[in-house]
Amino acid sequence: MIEIEGLRVNLGEFRLRDIDLSIDEGDFFVLMGPTGAGKTVLLEAIAGLTPVHGGTIRIGGRDMTRLSPEHRGIGIMYQDYSLFPHLTITRNITYGLRYQKRRKSSEKLFGQLVDDLGIGHLLKRYPETLSGGELQRVALARALMVEPKVILLDEPLSALDQSFREEIRLLLKKIHRDSHITFFMVTHDFSEALTLATKAAIMNSGAIAQTGTIRDIFQKPSSSFVANFVGMKNIFPVIFNGTETRISALTIEVPQPHHNSTGHIAVRPEDIVISLKPFESSIRNSFPGTVRGIIDQGFLYEVHVSVQDVVFKSLVTKGAALDLGLDIGAAVYISFKSSAVHIF
Amino acid sequence: MVKKGPFYWVSISCGMMVLAFILLPLVEMLTAPSGAMLKETIHDKNVVRSIWLSIYTAMAAAGISFVVGTPLAYVLARSHFRGKHLIESIIDLPIVIPHPVVGIAILSVAGKNHWLGTLMSELGIRIMGSTTGIITVLTFVGMPFYINALKSGFESISPRLENVSRSLGASMWSTFIRITFPLAWRSVLVGLIMCSARAISEFGAVVVVAYHPMIAPVLIYERYEAYGLKYSQPVAVWLVLICLTLFLALRVLALPRKKTS
Repeated sequence: MIEIEGLRVNLGEFRLRDIDLSIDEGDFFVLMGPTGAGKTVLLEAIAGLTPVHGGTIRIGGRDMTRLSPEHRGIGIMYQDYSLFPHLTITRNITYGLRYQKRRKSSEKLFGQLVDDLGIGHLLKRYPETLSGGELQRVALARALMVEPKVILLDEPLSALDQSFREEIRLLLKKIHRDSHITFFMVTHDFSEALTLATKAAIMNSGAIAQTGTIRDIFQKPSSSFVANFVGMKNIFPVIFNGTETRISALTIEVPQPHHNSTGHIAVRPEDIVISLKPFESSIRNSFPGTVRGIIDQGFLYEVHVSVQDVVFKSLVTKGAALDLGLDIGAAVYISFKSSAVHIF
Repeated sequence: MVKKGPFYWVSISCGMMVLAFILLPLVEMLTAPSGAMLKETIHDKNVVRSIWLSIYTAMAAAGISFVVGTPLAYVLARSHFRGKHLIESIIDLPIVIPHPVVGIAILSVAGKNHWLGTLMSELGIRIMGSTTGIITVLTFVGMPFYINALKSGFESISPRLENVSRSLGASMWSTFIRITFPLAWRSVLVGLIMCSARAISEFGAVVVVAYHPMIAPVLIYERYEAYGLKYSQPVAVWLVLICLTLFLALRVLALPRKKTS
């Protein structure tokens, strides 16, 4: 559906370098990355709103690299919704209709969108009088009204209150399920990515760091940058020896041998269990250690445990921390399955 | 109540001085002529003709600025390119050049010794001592004010609105007409008012290029030179009153009231 090959964009100091992406029709694709990675630039390049200096963008088999934005059939929705302030909600939603060839069914579609998004009571008002959640719905309706093949969403939920976010997220999921539109969404929120996306890519300083299914990205990061970004807090450079590796004096079991003799291992903090006695189960990696730090993260504690000279980070619920009587200096055991160890 | 320190009193007295400095001469001039004299002046055909000429040429200058200045203001607001600062400085030149120099500069292109002047005289266009000449001068001095006002107006409109419009299928032209221009309307109007206000007040450049036909500032100057202060004041009062009324009316009529739901 969307095929991007070797895309390059130069914007003064900033540049996108050799972007390759392939997105299937009907996918819900999520693009993640730190601030300044170039996510919005890539979005605008796909929409034709930023000049491209190399590579190709094909959509539905058609080369769109040099096509002007109005002929691409790609909707774009910005973080600030960008509703036209001088037009009523109705005129905002129907703005693009006059440029469409198929206008017969437009009234039906308008009615359906207004119903689905629950914005019937807003139609005569102007954008400045609407709340964030309402603006969001109107912006969605406006983009969907022209029946685009692809819709690009630039952090659509980040400006909303937490309570609205869940609601709009479900709405996006429903719209995606009911339509044949390919969604391409930029976000930095993992729970959004995990609930909505089928596939994802991680971007870093103008290049794609990893792309694949959302599950692979979170569970099998291919570089220490991605591992760090998706919240793998325990990343260690290691030397491999079959299914064993060594971090200084610790021997750790890994699920399979690595093709290189050196590399990294990573363990998600939620996969590390803390206990007062050694764990007697199939868990292969278990070490005695000392609690060095406890960081309050709201619902959870991040507990730092040093095992000899290596510090592991583990996530523990507040209740469990109380039960275990965790405190700085306490002697504990940490354990994790060999299958929880990611190697790269 | 908090005690006001010396800084407060210095600010207040400076403020008062500035206001008095601006208002005193103006009020004095406006109240000097008697009612009978004002009435007599407005029945003077020469006065009416010159005020009308002033207004009409200034509006023509604003109109020309609108047509050629609007696209330029848009380009300057939206794009970044090498040499943009140079272009902006060139546009500001008429503001900083002494007024008689502007007149002399224009005449040196429009004269018979210059190919452009020769070409124009062959086409029957005369700059020296003509309404065309006055409009040329007024456009020269007024255009920068229009372009600068509109440029900052365009800059304040988010390019994302234009991006969304284009993604919905609108061409660049459509987007400009349906989104950018309506949102910049206020700045267009402010620019037009600034441009024509500047044009109406021009004297130095016009007097070099066209003493006749006589615009109001030249007529005021001539009356002052020939008959003295007393005879120039009523014309000045009428010019000020008419211009202020026109600008005020333009603002009230053309600026839409704030929309509410």
